[in-house]
Amino acid sequence: MSQATLAIRRISGHAGAAPGEDVERDELVCKLIDTTTCIGCKACEVACLEWNGYTFSETVFDNSYQTMPETTWNYWNLIKFNELEREDGSVTLLMRKDQCMHCADPGCLAACPADGAIVQYTNGIVDFQQQNCIGCGYCVSGCPFDIPKFNPATKKMFKCTLCVDRVSEGLEPACIKSCPTGCLHFGTKEDMTFMAQTRAKQLRDNYGMEKAGVYDPAGVDGTGVIYVLHDVTNPEAYGGLPSNPHIPWVVRFWKGPAKWIGNLAMLGGILGVTMHYLRYGPKEVDAEKHGNGGKP
Amino acid sequence: MSTTHVISSDRATGESGGEIVRYTLSERVHHWLAALTYIYCLITGLAFWSPYMFWLAAVVGGGPTARFWHPWFGLAFALSVGWMYKIWHGDLATTDADRRWFKAINYYVQNDDEKLPPVARFNFGQKLFFWLMFYGVILLLISGLGLWFVESIPWSLRWLRYLAVTVHVVAAMATIGAFIIHIYMSVFMEPESFHAMIRGRVSDVWARTYHRLWYEQVTKGTSKK
Repeated sequence: MSQATLAIRRISGHAGAAPGEDVERDELVCKLIDTTTCIGCKACEVACLEWNGYTFSETVFDNSYQTMPETTWNYWNLIKFNELEREDGSVTLLMRKDQCMHCADPGCLAACPADGAIVQYTNGIVDFQQQNCIGCGYCVSGCPFDIPKFNPATKKMFKCTLCVDRVSEGLEPACIKSCPTGCLHFGTKEDMTFMAQTRAKQLRDNYGMEKAGVYDPAGVDGTGVIYVLHDVTNPEAYGGLPSNPHIPWVVRFWKGPAKWIGNLAMLGGILGVTMHYLRYGPKEVDAEKHGNGGKP
Repeated sequence: MSTTHVISSDRATGESGGEIVRYTLSERVHHWLAALTYIYCLITGLAFWSPYMFWLAAVVGGGPTARFWHPWFGLAFALSVGWMYKIWHGDLATTDADRRWFKAINYYVQNDDEKLPPVARFNFGQKLFFWLMFYGVILLLISGLGLWFVESIPWSLRWLRYLAVTVHVVAAMATIGAFIIHIYMSVFMEPESFHAMIRGRVSDVWARTYHRLWYEQVTKGTSKK
């Protein structure tokens, strides 16, 4: 989205190295979402639309407070509501702000074939560059969180940018700015992790939530968005947060070994027929030999 | 399918006389429709396949254009292969003659064609090529629809997204292997068959040498199949 002059660590579909590949940046940025203090007010949904310049989409009512079933190409921030029945029969309402997780190992970027359509800055933000996007939808298959969405009108993919345009100007993302309860925080990954761990410990020690913990999945080398959950052993209950997200192995194989196996096979085929031609040459019809003097 | 027939030998070529029709105009048109649509899908597909070949997309108008047309050309390719199936499947069934020929395929590879058992309109290699392309395009079409409308595959069935990627890649690679051999055989190894696909005719000698059963069938003027 942004043309911000941030150093780039990874580039999708890129032949060769990324300019910021070996840059060690001290600070990775991170968004912390404390689901235990979210009240589901949706101020973040509105702030996201306002900052990014989208009008409010039509809502879909499905017997819950949720605005629509899932994020869309122009609705990047969605609070997922889920009624969870406790063991004692009482019901609790789980609310989780869903958006791009800004994986340290982004599946969208791994799957993308278009040079520079997806980049990861050295501060950890994963950003789509629509001017380079070809609209193939491979990122949809690569993402373990089902986040990238297709705009049929422009044939480009869109998702949360972590307000890279704000962040690169020293501002916090729009959603953070709007949160009335302070369940959203923004800062360095280190600080946010410390804050999240402290909060989880507080929940375990003082609130009897023994399973409280921090969601920062190792399968994608950690994320740029981390959650404090009441029950970290059951993230699926929070509107389908995957318990062990990772880049699909098919995508890994496809973008890894399959490339070289396939390329070598194609090269081998071309070399093979070339060698055959050099060794045996073209077939030549010998009228004397096969033609029986023109009589069948 | 009896679209072949002897034409008058007034255009004598070489010492052995006449020519016969190998491919009708309609067959040629559909072959080249399939060829062009396949080559378009090949160029654009390779561009999406590897960053080192992404420049190929520029040759056909850039990434978004390539992405837009790739599925449509794929659809056209599938239709033209379907049409080929319709007219050729009778000539493409495996026969005992093919089995004998295939056992002696070494002679074919080594250009000792006089030692090969006679075959009909298509030899077993050509038949294999057709069937590989035929089943390949079915797989490419089904998996391609999955890639084309990937967001229509619900998250709960996302294994279908991954299956579509896998099948599309494997099927594409198989057709590329066959395509390399096809181009080599028809353009470099047997230039007359390339000419036949353009002008439609082959010499008597060529037909007698490589497709004797077919040659005998059409020159006898008897009803074929």
